[in-house]
Amino acid sequence: MLLEVKDLNIEFHDHLIPETVVSDVDLTLSEGEILGLVGESGSGKSMTAHAIAGLLSRHDMKKTGEILFDGKNLLTCPREELRKIQGNDISVIFQEPMTSLNPVKKIGWQTGEALRLHTDLGPEEIKRKVLKMLELVELPDPELVYGQYPHELSGGMRQRVMIASAMICEPKILIADEPTTALDVTIQAQITALLKRFHETRHTAILFISHDLSLIRTLCERVIVMRQGRVVETGTAEEIFRQPKEDYTKLLIEAIPKCERGKSMREIL
Amino acid sequence: MKKRNYNLLLGGIITGIMMVLTLTGFFYTPFDPEKMDAANKLSGISLTHIMGCDNFGRDIFSRVLKGCGTTFTVACGTVLIGTVFGTLIGAFTGYFGGLVDEVLMRIMDALFAFPSLLLALVFVSLFGSGKYHVIIALGIAFVPSFSRIVRGEYMRCRELDYVKSARLSGASHLRIMFVHILPNIFTVLLSSVMIGFNNAVLAEAGLTYLGIGVRPPDASLGEMLSSAQTYLFSAPWYALCTGGTMILMILGFSLMSEGLKKS
Repeated sequence: MLLEVKDLNIEFHDHLIPETVVSDVDLTLSEGEILGLVGESGSGKSMTAHAIAGLLSRHDMKKTGEILFDGKNLLTCPREELRKIQGNDISVIFQEPMTSLNPVKKIGWQTGEALRLHTDLGPEEIKRKVLKMLELVELPDPELVYGQYPHELSGGMRQRVMIASAMICEPKILIADEPTTALDVTIQAQITALLKRFHETRHTAILFISHDLSLIRTLCERVIVMRQGRVVETGTAEEIFRQPKEDYTKLLIEAIPKCERGKSMREIL
Repeated sequence: MKKRNYNLLLGGIITGIMMVLTLTGFFYTPFDPEKMDAANKLSGISLTHIMGCDNFGRDIFSRVLKGCGTTFTVACGTVLIGTVFGTLIGAFTGYFGGLVDEVLMRIMDALFAFPSLLLALVFVSLFGSGKYHVIIALGIAFVPSFSRIVRGEYMRCRELDYVKSARLSGASHLRIMFVHILPNIFTVLLSSVMIGFNNAVLAEAGLTYLGIGVRPPDASLGEMLSSAQTYLFSAPWYALCTGGTMILMILGFSLMSEGLKKS
């Protein structure tokens, strides 16, 4: 087992009344698996992911439970150790490609940041690796993109850059926090295909967070459904979509817009 | 077609001219700025003395050149102290928040509550006057306003995704603060540096006018302005020329900061 989350509870204490956003979440992720995390907005799926990535601040909130990675509890291990894992073993892709890149730094510099921090490679070697990575994420003309700023790229290209910088240290776990929500459908398909290819060639385990059920169905092997900070249902993608046990899951699946054959546009509307 | 930024252009030209004059003043002045000449006492504008002479017969133009240098040094030193410490404090409080923020910002509030001139006055009367004391005194008085601006920017930036992804790459806090975030707030910092510069010029003049700033053998615009006051009617060019120079210096910088805000 690569990653094991046991009884995770997250409680905010920045207001007078404490607010529980995640309660008793258990999940496991084995090597080379794609795990889908579905739920509506505010169901705690992003919070869970942030906790796994070690992104939650250490004050103003209470966290209990265990997040075990390679036998280490990420919730309690010293910051130095966490830093070694971040970027090297666990990486994240965010939802909004417009804000997830630093506007004043060049693409090449940003993509190579994790290498600069985790390896002793010289600048030449880093540049070579970055260029190779930019090519792997299918960016046209990597040499050109290397010297460009984020505002010169389109949303889809930025998300590719994000994937490149997340994957550059060949992490074992990639957390994709709604990576395609801000993109249009064709780009969505390309990005998902790209993630899938990384999964196949490098055996990266992916924790894929989304509220797009059809996307989850095509991509994931196992699915966890969350609602109001709790896990509602767990199972393989087939089970969940064919025979949902919980009412909430049924509702979610019914809410998928369907394009039925033979029906005209007018009827659907 | 992009609209031309006249503020920046005009401010740049004025500041450029002033900079050239100031730099010249360090190396060359047409007359010795401290040489007194009883024959030319309060003589008017002429070809030899293009700004006339003061009450001791010293060439005003030479003294203005020298004074620009002093004023400029004081203003730069003040802004430098204010920016460096202000940025450090603002970065730490804004980025970390929590207890550090509370404690440091309350100290800053206390400093902020005093008018900067009053604070400098207290400092100078405790440690003595002179160019370097004025710089330190005004510098300390300028720290709170800079730290407030920087803190606000850091609080805004620390929640952004690119900061999160920098943290995720395993970057340390210091690296995130000064390598990832700092370049993003340069534009804000730059315009406040320019405004700070203007305030420093005025504050220096104010302190010197009160007689606790730069000491007489050192010429500074404020010091000249205060002695010109006595001769406002018998030798109006004295006050006009020194005051005009100061106005140009400030105008150039404010136009530039306005222009930078627009671009």
